[in-house]
Amino acid sequence: MTGNLTLALTVGALYTAGTFLLLQRTLTRVVLGLGLLAHGANLLLLQAGGVAGSVPFVGKQDGPSGAGTADPLPQAMVLTAIVITFGVSAFLLALAYRSWVLTGEDDVQDDVEDRRVARRQDQP
Amino acid sequence: MLALLALHLALAFLAPAAGARLGRNVFLLVALAPAVSAVWAGAQAAAVLDGRPPVQTTAWVPGLGLSLDLRMDALSLLMVILVSGIGTLVFLYCARYFPADQAGVGRFAGVLTAFAGAMLGLVLADDLILLYVFWELTSVTSWLLIGFDDEDAESRRAAQQALLVTALGGLTMLVGFVLIAQQAGTASLSAILAEPPTGGTVAVALLLVLVGAFTKSAQVPFHPWLPSAMAAPTPVSAYLHAAAMVKAGIYLVARLAPAFAVIGLWRPVVITVGLATMLVGGWRALRQDDLKRLLAFGTVSQLGFLMVLLGAGTREAALAGAALLLAHGLFKATLFLTVGVIDHSTGSRNLRELSGVGRRMPVLAVAATLAALSMAGVPPLLGFISKEAAYEAFLHGSGPDLVVFAVLFLGSVLTAAYSARFLWGAFVAKPGVAPTEVHTPSPGLLAPVVVLGAAGLLLGLAPQGADPLVQAYADSYGMPPEVEHLALWHGLTAALGWSALTLLLGAALFARREPVLSMQRRAGRVLGLVDAGRSYASTLTLLDRLALRVTVLVQTGSLPVYLGTVLVTVVVLPGSALLLATQITGDLRAWDRPLQAVVAVVITVAAVATARAHRRFTAVLTIGAVGYGIAVLFVLQGGPDLALTQFLIETLTLVLFMFVLRRLPANFTRQSMRTGQGVRLAISLAVGTFVTAAVLVSGQARTAPPASQAYLDQSLPDGGGRNVVNVVLVDFRGFDTLGEITVLVVAAMGIASLVLAGRSRRSPRAEGETSLTAATGQALDEPGTPAPERVG
Repeated sequence: MTGNLTLALTVGALYTAGTFLLLQRTLTRVVLGLGLLAHGANLLLLQAGGVAGSVPFVGKQDGPSGAGTADPLPQAMVLTAIVITFGVSAFLLALAYRSWVLTGEDDVQDDVEDRRVARRQDQP
Repeated sequence: MLALLALHLALAFLAPAAGARLGRNVFLLVALAPAVSAVWAGAQAAAVLDGRPPVQTTAWVPGLGLSLDLRMDALSLLMVILVSGIGTLVFLYCARYFPADQAGVGRFAGVLTAFAGAMLGLVLADDLILLYVFWELTSVTSWLLIGFDDEDAESRRAAQQALLVTALGGLTMLVGFVLIAQQAGTASLSAILAEPPTGGTVAVALLLVLVGAFTKSAQVPFHPWLPSAMAAPTPVSAYLHAAAMVKAGIYLVARLAPAFAVIGLWRPVVITVGLATMLVGGWRALRQDDLKRLLAFGTVSQLGFLMVLLGAGTREAALAGAALLLAHGLFKATLFLTVGVIDHSTGSRNLRELSGVGRRMPVLAVAATLAALSMAGVPPLLGFISKEAAYEAFLHGSGPDLVVFAVLFLGSVLTAAYSARFLWGAFVAKPGVAPTEVHTPSPGLLAPVVVLGAAGLLLGLAPQGADPLVQAYADSYGMPPEVEHLALWHGLTAALGWSALTLLLGAALFARREPVLSMQRRAGRVLGLVDAGRSYASTLTLLDRLALRVTVLVQTGSLPVYLGTVLVTVVVLPGSALLLATQITGDLRAWDRPLQAVVAVVITVAAVATARAHRRFTAVLTIGAVGYGIAVLFVLQGGPDLALTQFLIETLTLVLFMFVLRRLPANFTRQSMRTGQGVRLAISLAVGTFVTAAVLVSGQARTAPPASQAYLDQSLPDGGGRNVVNVVLVDFRGFDTLGEITVLVVAAMGIASLVLAGRSRRSPRAEGETSLTAATGQALDEPGTPAPERVG
């Protein structure tokens, strides 16, 4: 087996940008980051199927480079993943919206209890 | 034997309910458990002394090699006499000690019975792990008993201290047990003792086990928990802290010493610690005003004595130790119960306040005097006989033995002195102190004290009663050519002279008690620096501080920090494995189709733009570009179904974002865009690099042909479809799809409740303030109107 350098680099780029956004405090950006990570993960799954091939249809063998049929299993997985990502993104967006309705911002704040614990340390 | 343990357990569970009906008389009911055990042990005594110990084996967890092995040899029998024999008397005493209307008496009786059962199991266990289980059970029940007065902070603190110290030792001991069991290849105690393993590991394991024994038996420097535990009701002190639980450590040492006393540091450690404990306890006992604390420090001292005798590993010392074990159980329980009676009848146990009690309670005074004289080592009591035997064991040895003897002698002088101090404080009329008011105690309260006190005298007059039992244990060291018997009169020996000197010096020390006290106070100022009780407290404080520091460090409450930690861990652990263990060797191809590269560039640029965007709409548009780009890649890879889904879902997501963003401010918060972005970027780059490397490496890792050939082959005949991906989704992996749909439904319900939650409460403004909005101090505004400062 050999690797596809282009796809590998694209996956890396998506993960980099996705992680960067995931580490932000603004909930909308976190959702965007998750979306990028999901794209990266889908691409990762897909390239795991190997070399690009023809459409996995029974009775169709007209791959452009004669590489054979593309692997259907990763495709099925990615299909499921796309739909679930949509569900998760929609739910997170609703959370961001709710947070904004209640507090006027969609930033994730530090835990109040934990900050109180941290203050105890300063006391004698 | 298992039946006896079950009886304890059953009565323990029955006691709380019975206590509600019977009141304090519930103790008469639960006393059945130790009484039956004592009678059974008595019936087996002949067989045990004959060398035919009763054995019982029951499978417990065969898979782990755990079994309920019980065995009663001479040492166990001796302990059962202490645990169940004295236990029965203490239970009877309890039935008259508590006030008739005492609250929680049923619970107390239950826990005390459970303790008696655990203690019985401990001394009968013939399996290291089983012994450990019972050991910890005694710790836990003792914690409940010390903290019986749970509304008193002092008693809760004392209970916690006892639990922490003994549990710490118990866990250390468990490590030692496991090491020993591994070296021996079995956890069976009798098998290990028959063929003791040797080597460096065993030597270390034994030290760990000794830590357990030292904490349980209140040896220096772990001793302060025992005097603190005097917050417990007095019968508990008599039972747990004189006869039973504190003897567990002694028992363990006595059990292991015949096989292990010669290994490693056992002997020097046990003897040093024991001697130090004996001196510290005796010294501190001399300055206590509370009779109970005086006894507690006296117990510490005697436990040190026992530790030396039973840990020394010679037949003579073991003989003396076993006799002292019995004697101490008898006299110390008597004395504790005496204090209980005095406390009960006068309302005080401060020896400066008590005066002339002896004349008012002559029976009690006689019983207590017998016990105290036994403790001091006065003939013809059992305590004298055991001390003579102890002197005898060390007096004829070489240099180190004589040093041990000297310290034992010094400790015994202190013991004689505080015994006298106890008698004087409890019973004698003192000049200048008004005679104490005494309510005559009931005979039921006095009877157990008298029985225990008289037992010490009887066994002293007729030591042949205890001799066979003590000899049988000492025989585990092998039979000597000339057997030394316990006897009241050995002739005019050197030991007898030393005994007389002990009593004389002890009496002198007592007579000069006031100068001794002031000297103690002066010394206490210097010694206070190394006070073990204080170091316990400061250790706890230190632990608290450390816990707080760790919490603050680890639990920052910041989501980005948590995520960052997880991601860095991913990069560092599997990442370094990736770096070290693998290399990319296979030939890489740049692309399958040149168009892939073009699309990849577009995707990358769009992704970077999304990450850098300051405006929400820009970010959403660029992420849309990424999504469509991915769809094109799907087409190029050979997955038109995927591409179609991706196009649809991407469009839907865009619409969804528009719906939400319409309400949110146009820009991201500026402040949150600035701080710590460098770190974030570094982490993200590391993650990206890691994933790329993982993709390239895993691409070469395939060793088996793809599983999907079967799907391609079976799609038409089994699934009846030509589109293999579709057949996989709806047929081969149909349940996965069902799960996926379920996820969508759950998400939809969540979204609906989140979005609609605010609406229903909007109209009735007066009562519309939910607790959540009240907590954040923000009124529930019309979602459509953003807060003013966020516009722009």
